[in-house]
Amino acid sequence: MTIVKLMGTSALALMLGVAPVLAEMTAVGDGEGEVSIVAWAGYIERGETDKAYDWVTKFETETGCKVSVKTANTSDEMVALMNEGGFDLVTASGDASLRLIAGGKVQPINTALIPSWSKVDPRLQDASWHTVGGVHYGTPYLWGPNVLMYNTEVFKEPPTSWNVVFEKMDLPDGKSNEGRVQAYDGPIHIADAAQYLMFHKPELKITSPYELNEDQYAAALDLLRGQRALVGRYWHDAYIQMDDFKNEGVVASGSWPFQVGLLASEGLPIASTIPQEGATGWADTTMLHSDAAHPNCAYKWMEHTLSSNLQSDLAVWFGGNPVVPAACTDGSGMLTAEGCTANGMDDFDKIRFWTTPIANCAQGEGACVPYYRWVSDYIAVIGGR
Amino acid sequence: MTVPAIFAARGSADRLTGLFWRRPRLLLVLLLTPPLLWLGVVYLGSLATLLLQSFYSIDEFSGVVVPEFTLKTYAELLRPANFDVILRTVVMSAAVTLGCAVLSFPIAYFAARYAKGRWKAVFYLGVMLPLWSSYLVKVYAWKLILAKEGIITWAASATHTTAALDALLALPVIGGNSLSTSYLGMFAVFVYVWIPYMILPMQAALERVPTSMIEASADLGATRAQTFRTVILPLALPGVVAGSIFTFSLTMGDYIIPQIVGNSANFIGMAVYQLQGTAGNIPLAAAFAVVPIVIMLIYLGLAKRMGAFDAL
Repeated sequence: MTIVKLMGTSALALMLGVAPVLAEMTAVGDGEGEVSIVAWAGYIERGETDKAYDWVTKFETETGCKVSVKTANTSDEMVALMNEGGFDLVTASGDASLRLIAGGKVQPINTALIPSWSKVDPRLQDASWHTVGGVHYGTPYLWGPNVLMYNTEVFKEPPTSWNVVFEKMDLPDGKSNEGRVQAYDGPIHIADAAQYLMFHKPELKITSPYELNEDQYAAALDLLRGQRALVGRYWHDAYIQMDDFKNEGVVASGSWPFQVGLLASEGLPIASTIPQEGATGWADTTMLHSDAAHPNCAYKWMEHTLSSNLQSDLAVWFGGNPVVPAACTDGSGMLTAEGCTANGMDDFDKIRFWTTPIANCAQGEGACVPYYRWVSDYIAVIGGR
Repeated sequence: MTVPAIFAARGSADRLTGLFWRRPRLLLVLLLTPPLLWLGVVYLGSLATLLLQSFYSIDEFSGVVVPEFTLKTYAELLRPANFDVILRTVVMSAAVTLGCAVLSFPIAYFAARYAKGRWKAVFYLGVMLPLWSSYLVKVYAWKLILAKEGIITWAASATHTTAALDALLALPVIGGNSLSTSYLGMFAVFVYVWIPYMILPMQAALERVPTSMIEASADLGATRAQTFRTVILPLALPGVVAGSIFTFSLTMGDYIIPQIVGNSANFIGMAVYQLQGTAGNIPLAAAFAVVPIVIMLIYLGLAKRMGAFDAL
């Protein structure tokens, strides 16, 4: 009966022109006994790292789908693994998801088959990094901001602007910020500079920090060259950054809630904020491979990932925000409303999510600077050019 | 009547032995084929693919690799920012090699000339011991030692030499905010990590300098300095050069230490890692990877002339 109803819904969706004429699942049958997932480290926990964090075992007993996880370290690795095939699902970030859709490696999702879809944050349901032309290519999994982490002994009041890491200045303790701030050691940091300029130099007319024309791009690089003089070391490894805040006298830097949470839990005077310019961020989506061998288990897993209990524990474990807002307050897991606020749940509108810069952007065909130039130019900036 | 002293072959093993005895080249070919295949296909083959990639280029607009032969990618290496990376790596490798040579010589000399019996064992253990622990553990440990709030800063303030440390860090280029974010610190870590590879060949070379020649030199009235300069050093030089091949090439290829210690400025290894991993600019990554190969070929050519391979 339910299946008939679901089929009816998707037929309706088809008639309304919401769904494309692509092979989309119309019903979830019995599980195939297993499901394989490409995921970020720490994204899918079965209680092996910490007994308290386990959202796999229960799923396996309930559905009979054995979960196998292949962890990937970068978005490029994820794309490569999916191109290779043999996996059912991937937790793709915004700089990988569109590439996967464009490459035809992931298939549209029939949201009618996922009862919990209605509980997903409305701000994420139609997000541009997984919805193309009204078609959904996955279910949101977790998101988070790149916050400004600071030392509360130096900053009695939270800094209100990113200028503490971009411009040479004296910090509230009277000493210069030279050598006491850090920046992310990845070309995507150019977007942070662009976002800063978006606020402070409106005459550049930047509309998106990921779509920069030559002039806007040059201005962002100039800002970063000034930053080079302030930064002793750029960070790319979360644990090295935490060590630098402990032993290297670093007091402010762009960072992830993950590091802030860990340092604060060790009793160090560390907090974070999202300054007036806003922040960049990441938002990950569970996507289904176009040749998935176990689609029924995959659909069951997607439904499972949207359960409030999993979202709650995942958000606490990884330091992100649940895509099901109820998880913040319903006490189904370890997450609390304060935890959500600390991870930036209320700042969604201030966040511009990571996407891969491409040459053909809203400003026109080939008007924007593509990502591979971001890479070589960022290398030059860090090298002091 | 005499019977030729040939025994009948007993079993296939005997026949095989006979075959190899009559055709010694066959055995040679059989023994050499597997390693040569490995060397030729897996090792040289992948090197050739790498070389091939470096002659491709990346399309300026789409960022897609264009598989047409061009020297454009090599020209890109000469862009100031990329050339900086090469220069930085080569200068660091040379400095580390020199540092290792200067530090190793007295140690190797003592071990070769004076250490006997148990002390010799202690020496070997001392040199090899750091190699037994993980490379990463050592580098992270050094990051802590060199940190702004680490043990060196603490020792400097305890001995009232903070001014000297600050003066050192205030040096242009090689100085920095703290030892752990400066080239000085990176140099120290590199020297620590690679020094065993310098000491061991150097000691082997020094042990082969005949005592009789040193005695003869003394008999002929040479001072200790003269003996050192004209007898010991020239005879031990191949060992020094052999060691320098290790320290130079190891430093040039390393991409872990510059990520953890130093000011984040790129070295060749890091550039390759970033260009091929996140940027998809495989041609430029390949061109960068060719640079150390070329430099090492030149270096090895020079080393061969100095007789370095006699001491390996």
